[in-house]
Amino acid sequence: MKQTNIQQQTRCYHCGNDCEEGHIEQDAKVFCCNGCREVYSILSQSGLCNYYTYNAHPGAEQKKESKRFDYLKEPSIVKDLIDYSDEKFTIVTFYIPNIHCSSCIWLLEQLNRINPAIYYSRVDFLRKQVNIRFNNKQITLHDVVEVLERIGYEPLISLQDVIRKQGSDKNDNLVKKIAVAGFCFGNVMLLSFPEYLGISVQEQSFREFFGWLNLVFCLPVVLYCASGYFVSAWTNLKNKVLNIDLPLAIGITVLFLRTAAEIIMHTGPGFADTCCGLVFFLLIGKFVQRKTYYHLSFERDYRSFFPVAVQVIEEEKERSVPLADIQVGQRILIRNNEIIPADAILLKGEGKVDFSFVTGESVPVEKVLGEVVYAGGRQTGEAIELEVVKPVSQSYLTRLWNNEAFTRLQDNHMQTFSEKASKYFTIVLLGIALGSFLFWLPVDLHRGISAFTAVLIIACPCALALSTPFTMAAALSIFDKNLFYLKNTAVVEQLAHIDTIVLDKTGTITVAGGNTITLHGEVSDYEKELIYSACSNSAHPLSRLVCQFWNHQHKLGTNSYYEIPGRGITADIDRNIVDIGSERFIRGSSFQNINPESTEVHIRINNIYKGYFSIKQHYREGIKSIKDISSAYKVFLLSGDHGHERETLSAVFKPGHMFFEQSPQDKLDFIKMLQSNGHRVMMIGDGLNDAGALKQSDLGIAITDNVNNFSPGSDAILDGKALSRLPNFFKFSKDALNVVYASFIISLCYNVAGLSYAVSGRLSPLIAAILMPLSTVTIISFTSIATHLAAKKRKLL
Amino acid sequence: MSIIYFLIGCSMVLALIFLGAFFWAQKNGQNDDLYTPSVRILLDDEPEKKEKSDDDH
Repeated sequence: MKQTNIQQQTRCYHCGNDCEEGHIEQDAKVFCCNGCREVYSILSQSGLCNYYTYNAHPGAEQKKESKRFDYLKEPSIVKDLIDYSDEKFTIVTFYIPNIHCSSCIWLLEQLNRINPAIYYSRVDFLRKQVNIRFNNKQITLHDVVEVLERIGYEPLISLQDVIRKQGSDKNDNLVKKIAVAGFCFGNVMLLSFPEYLGISVQEQSFREFFGWLNLVFCLPVVLYCASGYFVSAWTNLKNKVLNIDLPLAIGITVLFLRTAAEIIMHTGPGFADTCCGLVFFLLIGKFVQRKTYYHLSFERDYRSFFPVAVQVIEEEKERSVPLADIQVGQRILIRNNEIIPADAILLKGEGKVDFSFVTGESVPVEKVLGEVVYAGGRQTGEAIELEVVKPVSQSYLTRLWNNEAFTRLQDNHMQTFSEKASKYFTIVLLGIALGSFLFWLPVDLHRGISAFTAVLIIACPCALALSTPFTMAAALSIFDKNLFYLKNTAVVEQLAHIDTIVLDKTGTITVAGGNTITLHGEVSDYEKELIYSACSNSAHPLSRLVCQFWNHQHKLGTNSYYEIPGRGITADIDRNIVDIGSERFIRGSSFQNINPESTEVHIRINNIYKGYFSIKQHYREGIKSIKDISSAYKVFLLSGDHGHERETLSAVFKPGHMFFEQSPQDKLDFIKMLQSNGHRVMMIGDGLNDAGALKQSDLGIAITDNVNNFSPGSDAILDGKALSRLPNFFKFSKDALNVVYASFIISLCYNVAGLSYAVSGRLSPLIAAILMPLSTVTIISFTSIATHLAAKKRKLL
Repeated sequence: MSIIYFLIGCSMVLALIFLGAFFWAQKNGQNDDLYTPSVRILLDDEPEKKEKSDDDH
């Protein structure tokens, strides 16, 4: 009988990972690594094991090596990080990417039980922030960070967070304005009803009283809530730009002045309710348009991934120095997993630098003594000492940020439809208003003025101003559901106007770190176990790939193991000599690597050549969809790599549309060249090397596998899984634009209907009070339903 | 019907109190984080340990 080989899978009690080989046990619980076990023992000592009862396996994997926080002892750095400090208390806010479940909230709010000097900690789940107040006599900021790190919640401290905190307080009180406008609108509506329903002759005194009250309620609405429109209209007029704020500002002013005149002169009830309602709805439109993704940042640049400080060696002593103060000639110490912040020469140690942030290539590059190491690489392995040759701001990578593309303001983007339309709208509106005034002037001056103001009131483009925000906000939330995060609503329109797409290769159409590995040669099951056991000893990425390839092999005992860096490994496993490594290492120096298309790992067991693994980069699933859109769009590929994969990629890209060995600057210049030829260019990239091109393009999209990871500054962030939906995104953005056009026509119809009353000079307040909310409600419901239907049609819902 | 003046005055004062309360809440940061409290309320002070209940059976 066959024995079913189903093993009870052991999962780490802390993080829920499979514990394949060698797990650690404590208190009859299984842990995948020492890190997880340590977190558990800290929590159990503090009586915080409830952490594990809210959610199964709430922790994060702790295998990564811990970072050092020595720089947090430097007062100048601490000063920038904390929110508030006096003799006794310090308040600090940390961004912790690992916050993901209710257990996280619970644990982080119990910090007091781990260290009583922490008085208070409060989690903001959506922002992934924790606000901590602690006694600075008993515990330092450094210790607080270490407590967080020990329980598996390492805060992300970067220079840009410091900067972001300072710049985040631009608050225009929109919510307060809406509250005031809503308050006044509600009261004015109630007070206007008696007028519309009729007041008996005996109660005429009420009419006057209600009128004055209405006027009082209008004052805060016009002066406080609507102030933004007046300011914007005025600055636009000064810059000789006609935008939608001008007719809005005119409409609000005229509404208010005519209301005031009618009430003061006892000639009528005025338009107080229309005035308040208009401002209220406009502000709601503004609020809807403003969508924020708290967990995403679209403005990141190199500073957010560089360390805050570097260890500088001076007179045999280590000292933390803030990044901005690093000078040429200083000796810096970079430990395992730390990022090299400036171009520097390797002085001591064995450099194995992972440039995946910069190029997307995750296999570390070997560096020898005296070689220049460019900024942005991450050292893997032992600690190295380097001499800085260029200041941080002048380094190869950061120099890109000095390009004009980064200094220029972000308003280069295309004019939105409502901007274009409102220009003509304003001119036509003023024309009709003046025309009706001149028409009635010879007959009756009073009627002329009344017609003039009525036109401006009724044609006030409230519905027009609302159609774009509501449509685009609905579109934004549909993109959001499809893992495509846009910076703001204007990006939807830009997406609809794109005609050229430029893609980066590494990390964008290939999966960073995800490779296809194939074995060439015959290997028996026993030999498989030998190779697996040898590779499992090594931390080299290629060895790890081989181990992944043959997952869950039986592991044989290793008698001896020797790794020659950059060449390969030799191991004595179960009395067999296993050699694994580069072609040169296995087959001698006479063999040249003849196949540059893929990386190869060769195998020799007991001096008999067994074959090799070839490792090819893996393309994202969405690559087929890129081919689909290449008929409608110009699609280019820009890659920093050599042209190894030209053949494979020519299935997707047209010949002559692929460019290899492109530096970040080349990419930027290429986009510029396309733009000067009149193209509207969208750039999709992932790494810092694309940052310049992303910024220069009309629409820069950063692609990422984990939206909380580092992504360069961009207009939108796309989850790698959603790349295949790109053609649908394009179509849907065009649909959204059509919805805006349609709602524009609807609002024009309302305007024409209202104008026919208005030009006659006999506009009753009741008609205005009905027409304005009616058109608003129509537009809002039309846009949301139409956008929804369009999304359904494009299979995005 | 002059009672209307009094009623309107009262309703205004009430409404202004509520508006003021909203302003105070906004300034106090009560609307800054609208999500976390919804999770926090589900966390008991000392939830029963799962292991214990397993032993009882």
